[in-house]
Amino acid sequence: MAQDDLYRTVVLERARTPRYAGPLAGAQLHGEGSNPLCGDRVKLQAGVDAQGRVTALRHETRGCAICAASADLMAERVAGQDRARISQMHAELVTAVETGIAPEGLGELSVFAPLHRHRSRIRCAMLPWSALIGMLNDDKDR
Amino acid sequence: MMDQTVASPTDIAGSLRHIRADFPILSQKVHGKDLVFLDSAASAQKPRQVIDAMADTMRTQYANIHRGLYWMSERTTEAYEAVRDQVAAFLGAQAREEIVFTRNSTEAINLVAHSFGTLLKPGQVVLVSEMEHHANLVPWQMLRDRTGIELRVTPITDDGALDMDALARNLSDGRVALVAITHMSNVLGTITDARAIADMAHAAGAKVLFDGSQLAVHRRVDVRALDADFYVVTGHKLYGPTGIGVLWARREILDAMPPFLGGGDMISTVSFERSTWASVPHKFEAGTPAIIETIGLGAALAYIESIGFDAIGAHEEALTAHALKVLGNVSGLKVIGTAPDRGGVISFTMDDVHPHDIATLLDRNGIAVRAGHHCAEPLMRRLGVAATARASFGIYTTPGEIDFLAATLEQIRSFFV
Repeated sequence: MAQDDLYRTVVLERARTPRYAGPLAGAQLHGEGSNPLCGDRVKLQAGVDAQGRVTALRHETRGCAICAASADLMAERVAGQDRARISQMHAELVTAVETGIAPEGLGELSVFAPLHRHRSRIRCAMLPWSALIGMLNDDKDR
Repeated sequence: MMDQTVASPTDIAGSLRHIRADFPILSQKVHGKDLVFLDSAASAQKPRQVIDAMADTMRTQYANIHRGLYWMSERTTEAYEAVRDQVAAFLGAQAREEIVFTRNSTEAINLVAHSFGTLLKPGQVVLVSEMEHHANLVPWQMLRDRTGIELRVTPITDDGALDMDALARNLSDGRVALVAITHMSNVLGTITDARAIADMAHAAGAKVLFDGSQLAVHRRVDVRALDADFYVVTGHKLYGPTGIGVLWARREILDAMPPFLGGGDMISTVSFERSTWASVPHKFEAGTPAIIETIGLGAALAYIESIGFDAIGAHEEALTAHALKVLGNVSGLKVIGTAPDRGGVISFTMDDVHPHDIATLLDRNGIAVRAGHHCAEPLMRRLGVAATARASFGIYTTPGEIDFLAATLEQIRSFFV
């Protein structure tokens, strides 16, 4: 079978056995995102500290391997980061999936760069991120 | 990869090679692999006869129709109107005036909802089924919200057939004005017993509309034998172009219905004070129609008729039986929809592998399938799944392609599980 560099080991592993799935005890922020086109849904819970840094993030994802792995890698990467850095990571990931070229500093998130050749699947990887950005913006507006 | 020499137990088998040669796209490569196109239920590929008819029209014989007083317009009008006769024969209509050209099935149903819908009164009921495509659900919801009619839903059974007992109960209060039901589900492959539905609807004083978008591709439709009142089909699933669909309705119903869209071609006389309408079917065909696409549809119907529904039916029945057998052997694969009367549209899930992952990995092997909710979200909820993958067959599908699908699915599963 023709393999695909999109479905690399890290994607399959994180989809199968996520490390950051489930509810977060004492979470201050709650967010949710869904993709009506495919029925994928991501629920997020996060803790934030006094400086506005995300202390921890957990996700409950019902979706494809790309979406589930993206949510899990996102939870790992954003822990300890402030809003500005998270927005920057989001922008870098958008660049990676749009161009296929991963900016330096994207780290393991660069596994999603091959999505530029699977344009219909970009929204799968971005769903957790749009849920996160929405959740953080809602918090800022409060 | 694709074994063109696989013996097929069907009448079409001997000519399958020639049929495939008529579809230029089937020789295309995808990701360096032979294209295995198993998404004909979404939209079928086009034979060169259709492509040529459309291109030849534009090259040699094109002008606007119905109003030109010159040779070229008259010839184009003849070619366009000849397709109306072809469609009338294809559907078993009593008269050519019963054939209204639309953009697709969706527009045909919207035409009925807007026009026939104005004849309905608050409290009257439009009855659909749980397995409708959004095209045969949303227009009725919009009509309900505009006019105060009731929208009622008839459930399906667990195997994916229409629950005929529930249909009878839903008809029993005598308030149903229209039963609007699919003739073949685009998700489950279920073929409904249209004649029985029509008889039940009529006994309850209701009219009946069938969404034949899927069925008309696979079996001969005879609207009079079905005793239907409305029947809709779309050209692009019938190996024709996009942008052309058909509403068939009984002449007396069309006569009683007000126009849908206003404009040129649909009028008799126009003044600033008022206008009067053209007779059917032109009353429902405002503006310059899809002339080239209609001529393309004519070529598609001629192509289908040249093969014949006996051969098409036998081929697809054999393919479906073969597919249910080989897909049934794939570990963890579950076919969704096992109604006794079904066509070559097979939805499935495979363990916990998401249908989108299945579709992407099949695509990397040249296999095109659909994955998602198939424009039938309420049905997905009824089935308790967020999405399915779906393989669907056409006259060009080979048993070897289905074997390749099954083998590739087995590999995808081993990749995930």
